Amino acid sequence: MPYSSSLDVRMTDTCLRDGSHAKNHQFTEQQVRDIVASLDAAGMPVIEVTHGDGLGGSSFNYGFSLTDERLLMKAAVETATNAKIAALMVRGIGTLDDIRFIHDIGLSIVRVATHCTEADVSIQHFGLARSLGLETVGFLMMAHGQPPELIAKQARIMADAGCQCVYVVDSAGAMILEDVQHRVEAVVSELGGDSQTGFHGHDNLGIAVANSVIAVRAGAVQIDGSVRGFGAGAGNTRNEVFAAVADRLGISTGIEVLALMDSAEEVVRPVMDSECIIDRLALVMGYAGVYSSFLKHAFRAAEQYGVSGADVLMRCGEQKLVGGQEDQIIFIAADLAAELAAADA
Amino acid sequence: MTKLTAAIVGSGNIGTDLMYKLMRSDVIEPRYMVGVDPRSDGLERARKAGLEASADGVDWLLAQSELPDFVFEATSAYVHVANAPRYAELGIRAIDLTPAALGPFVVPSANIDTHLDAMNLNMVTCAGQATIPIVHAVAAVTEVDYAEIVATVASVSAGPGTRANIDEFTRTTSRAISAVGRAGRGKAIIVLNPADPPLIMRDTIFCQLPRDADEILITKAVEDAVANVAQYVPGYRLKSAPQFGESRDGTPRVAVLVEVEGVGDYFPPYAGNLDIMTAAAASTGDRIAKHMAASSTLSNGAN
Repeated sequence: MPYSSSLDVRMTDTCLRDGSHAKNHQFTEQQVRDIVASLDAAGMPVIEVTHGDGLGGSSFNYGFSLTDERLLMKAAVETATNAKIAALMVRGIGTLDDIRFIHDIGLSIVRVATHCTEADVSIQHFGLARSLGLETVGFLMMAHGQPPELIAKQARIMADAGCQCVYVVDSAGAMILEDVQHRVEAVVSELGGDSQTGFHGHDNLGIAVANSVIAVRAGAVQIDGSVRGFGAGAGNTRNEVFAAVADRLGISTGIEVLALMDSAEEVVRPVMDSECIIDRLALVMGYAGVYSSFLKHAFRAAEQYGVSGADVLMRCGEQKLVGGQEDQIIFIAADLAAELAAADA
Repeated sequence: MTKLTAAIVGSGNIGTDLMYKLMRSDVIEPRYMVGVDPRSDGLERARKAGLEASADGVDWLLAQSELPDFVFEATSAYVHVANAPRYAELGIRAIDLTPAALGPFVVPSANIDTHLDAMNLNMVTCAGQATIPIVHAVAAVTEVDYAEIVATVASVSAGPGTRANIDEFTRTTSRAISAVGRAGRGKAIIVLNPADPPLIMRDTIFCQLPRDADEILITKAVEDAVANVAQYVPGYRLKSAPQFGESRDGTPRVAVLVEVEGVGDYFPPYAGNLDIMTAAAASTGDRIAKHMAASSTLSNGAN
């Protein structure tokens, strides 16, 4: 079943949310206006704008925002003519008051994220969002770590709570082809017509676009990505690439592909501090199954403590850290430094 | 001294764990446990332990000829709001383990001395009990404009009440970080981790510091605070030395990582989040019982 009578797939661009990680949460209002205007003109139906860790994410733990995210979201709403503006909220960080706020300033969609085993902590939030008339999306994060049947059960909890599209979220960029297919198929089959299914990929293993195509073939009708891959880890699924591939495959997205390429090259790239690439640390994240947002934190802690960033990330994987536990990176780096000192002594 | 008597209202996990802790008290005798479910494991255990237990709730308790000196409320915020006026009317002191927060927030190592005469005390949240002693200790030796805590608990130790009310949890904890911890502003983040075997509760406390903060003094204050809390929560420990550094925007901060292992009364040891709540409530009861005994000796002496 397609997304709608006119679209096979609805794309969401998250460079102004997931890209916030790569930008160390330093977006300005002008950058948000420029990017929203250009994505909107290329026909991007949904644009997500929030701190990288969602509403309320500005903190010691995740990094302080240069600009209050509320101002960034307002700027996005003012700029967009057709695109809907979405905000992410990670449970345990954002609150019901944040949902009321984004509704008041004119956002259309709230995307509520939980670790993929903890869907029941989102129930109140879907309820409130729906009662306010917001469109709802649910994020089951780090979905690579759990089997398809369990992901499907968690998706059911979100759908029953009022979530209109449940995403299989590959936060660690660790899923490989059939991993995506089986999880998306399980969710689609569980939800039937009760809720849509989506996929959010990261490119840590270099296959985010392929994974997204497989997700669509498995029944996903909403796909996330970022123009120029601007996002955490090695970046998100590159939206201009996905749009081009989808066009060649005859999957309708409503995107003007050439306009999106222009946006990637001329508007988004200049805002990025550097390209999001599959360097050693990004690859380790996909390989070890580590939450992509840990990248910049691990890099910084490794520098500060004089240890290897790859070692820090491998240990994050061993300790089975989940999204939100960025605080542990400091202490892992400190432990590694102490172990090095002890070995030298 | 003669022990003062206590009733535990709520025969779920928290109430049952608390019973074992109160049974070790020198000054309080847990006498009653009430619940609403006749098949509750907690009520069964209470009977075996020699308490009078009933599934007829607070009505039964308040109809007893000998009323308790203390009520420990381990139900829900909603239930405590309904019960609190009845306890107050009968002169029973209430120690509230729900998020109702009718009475002042109490974190034993930080502020119990200020609230010894309060008739209703609130135990904040498990994350509050685990982190506010550190914020309070740092704020006692330097200016802390802002403090932020990240509590990570094992998924299996977060019951349905917590899951349905994560917002209440973060809001109450944030408020108490400034009200009790004395930071200018507070922020709380909670993370549920489903790792198996379950991980022991961990809490990171970030305190913003002035640029010239004395690191040695702060480290000493943190270590002392940990030792204080460990007196009533034996599994409370510093997991790593306090880490001084700055955020990417150049704000100086200290990061402190504590781990809370439970003693395993009713919950498995990983559930330090639940253990620290019941241990803090039992410790608060002890302190108040001793204070009441001392005041009554004093007033008898004056006669």
